[in-house]
Amino acid sequence: MEKFEKLSGIAAPMPLVNIDTDMIIPKIFLKSIQRTGFGKNLFDEMRYTRDGAEIEDFVLNKPAYREAQILVAGDNFGCGSSREHAPWAIADFGIKAVISTSFADIFFNNCFKNGILPIVMPQEVVDVLMKDAEKGANARMDVDLEAQTVTTSDGEVFAFEVDAFKKHCLLEGLDDIGLTMAKEKSIDAFEATASQARPWV
Amino acid sequence: MSPKTLYDKIWDAHVADEADDGTCLLYIDRHLVHEVTSPQAFEGLRMTGRTVRAPDKTIAVPDHNVPTTAGREDPSQMTEESRIQVGALDSNAREFGIHYYPMDDVRQGIVHIVGPEQGWTLPGMTVVCGDSHTATHGAFGALAHGIGTSEVEHVLATQTLIQKKSKNMKVEITGKLMPGVTAKDITMAVIGETGTGGGTGYVIEYCGEAIRDLSMEGRMTVCNMAIEGGARAGLIAPDEKTFEYVKGRPHAPKAGQWENALAWWKTLYTDEGAHFDKMITLKGEDIQPVVTWGTSPEDVLPITANVPSPDDFTGGKVDAVKRALDYMGLTPGQKMTDIQIDTVFIGSCTNGRIEDFRAVAEVVKGKKIKEGMRAMIVPGSGLVRAQAEEEGLADIFIEAGFEWRLAGCSMCLAMNPDQLSEGERCAATSNRNFEGRQGYKGRTHLVSPAMAAAAAITGHLTDIRDMI
Repeated sequence: MEKFEKLSGIAAPMPLVNIDTDMIIPKIFLKSIQRTGFGKNLFDEMRYTRDGAEIEDFVLNKPAYREAQILVAGDNFGCGSSREHAPWAIADFGIKAVISTSFADIFFNNCFKNGILPIVMPQEVVDVLMKDAEKGANARMDVDLEAQTVTTSDGEVFAFEVDAFKKHCLLEGLDDIGLTMAKEKSIDAFEATASQARPWV
Repeated sequence: MSPKTLYDKIWDAHVADEADDGTCLLYIDRHLVHEVTSPQAFEGLRMTGRTVRAPDKTIAVPDHNVPTTAGREDPSQMTEESRIQVGALDSNAREFGIHYYPMDDVRQGIVHIVGPEQGWTLPGMTVVCGDSHTATHGAFGALAHGIGTSEVEHVLATQTLIQKKSKNMKVEITGKLMPGVTAKDITMAVIGETGTGGGTGYVIEYCGEAIRDLSMEGRMTVCNMAIEGGARAGLIAPDEKTFEYVKGRPHAPKAGQWENALAWWKTLYTDEGAHFDKMITLKGEDIQPVVTWGTSPEDVLPITANVPSPDDFTGGKVDAVKRALDYMGLTPGQKMTDIQIDTVFIGSCTNGRIEDFRAVAEVVKGKKIKEGMRAMIVPGSGLVRAQAEEEGLADIFIEAGFEWRLAGCSMCLAMNPDQLSEGERCAATSNRNFEGRQGYKGRTHLVSPAMAAAAAITGHLTDIRDMI
């Protein structure tokens, strides 16, 4: 997995609440058996007309935000299905961090597996960051994972919390499965005990 | 020993490793797999030369893409992409030696209906699947939740998940339900109360007399939509009904082990005085038949209500409601029961079980669906279909004008040919009313099976209590 350390980029504002994974990547794109190539269909139904033309006023179609690397979004971002195609599409588009007041649980975990940093901030901070994002391409936001800070284009700094283990994996670009397999003995031991206690499982 | 919740007990019984910061390796007893969220995970195993650690605990079935019309073994019924995806599951199941119910097996169906039906899902287990509605299995007192594809690969390779414990939430439904009110109304009413983000970070335990009174089918409906409230999982403590349901199923414990299993299962309840971080209580008598009017499952009101106005809301929800009303083509103040319906979809992992179909048959028996109405009933599994035919329900449906389909996810998420067209309005027994969920620009109203049946007859959203 690609490492996430620091990011300086354009932030796109999406104040809508409850942006669900069907909006992020509609199911017709779930038929691929690959992990890549979903970026062009990110937010497909909000971004394109039925015949494939871009909808001008959708934020990622505006010239200022076409290269956005950060999303500032409304509450409960990523709710709905478990499809990892949602973070795959976000990453494939080039977005590396999403900031919101809250994220749906499965989506939140999926982000970390794909080098995307989901940042939870209180409403008043998200309001400030949303305003900053609305400034467009001349305003760059900075995200520093090591320091756990987001800095606005005006230099205002906000700290955020992140789980220490998830932070470590993201900073180092670690493969979860490899880490777990290094603990194979614990799993073997658990399996042996559990199969005695609950042989019907 | 300090008192524990049901969630605490199941969690504690499955921790294979715990780091100093509380990050755990949680052992997984059952891994359910479907065709949409698994191909990249199997490919990951191949690329790294890894194998499936516990193929005997891994069960696969195609459900999302499969057509539900007769003759579906004809490949031309699927798009090429769907064929490739189902074909990938076929070959991955064979290559890695996992349990598999292919499309032509009578036991095939929606993964969350097949698991319990075959006795794979048992009390006290940890159950995961690359599908958010895995919460369904919580009805058995199993800790069950959805995971992403990277986690699917992780479970395939290690039979564990890297997890931190969630908080405990108790949702109590006291007393009795009024006539016409069902498990679906309970679970939607709870989401109306908590909002779709209210459960984030929690595992919910549903309890109270109204929950205990539900059948296993009803309990599965309740837990199924725990994810719609944002919870990681929903749980209901197992009881005699649970044990009765499980007993004799193909993969339930056999005679020699049954008594031991039962003895453990009977310890799976929340101890007196155990700590919950959040508690919600609803009175069963207060719950009414409900319906969604917007594009989030939290947009729920009693069928007797009127469509709300954006002015009734605050914060970010105001714009979301404006957008939802525009998408749904509704006007504030409009009576819910005046909303005309084009299509009725009965099925899904929420309401595709035999009890749901019995409820539908009770409403439609001897009646005809409204002229011009498209109405389909899609069983959750081949075995549900067979049972409904044996009980004479299928004849009632066909007589009333319903299409009687083969098993699959169908129009719940419309990955197969069953889709709404632009502007088409559907009363659905499924679980999500998101924009585009049932088809591009399709409009969904979530309801119980009885309410969906009523709408099919009258042609508009209908208070089932007026028909009983």
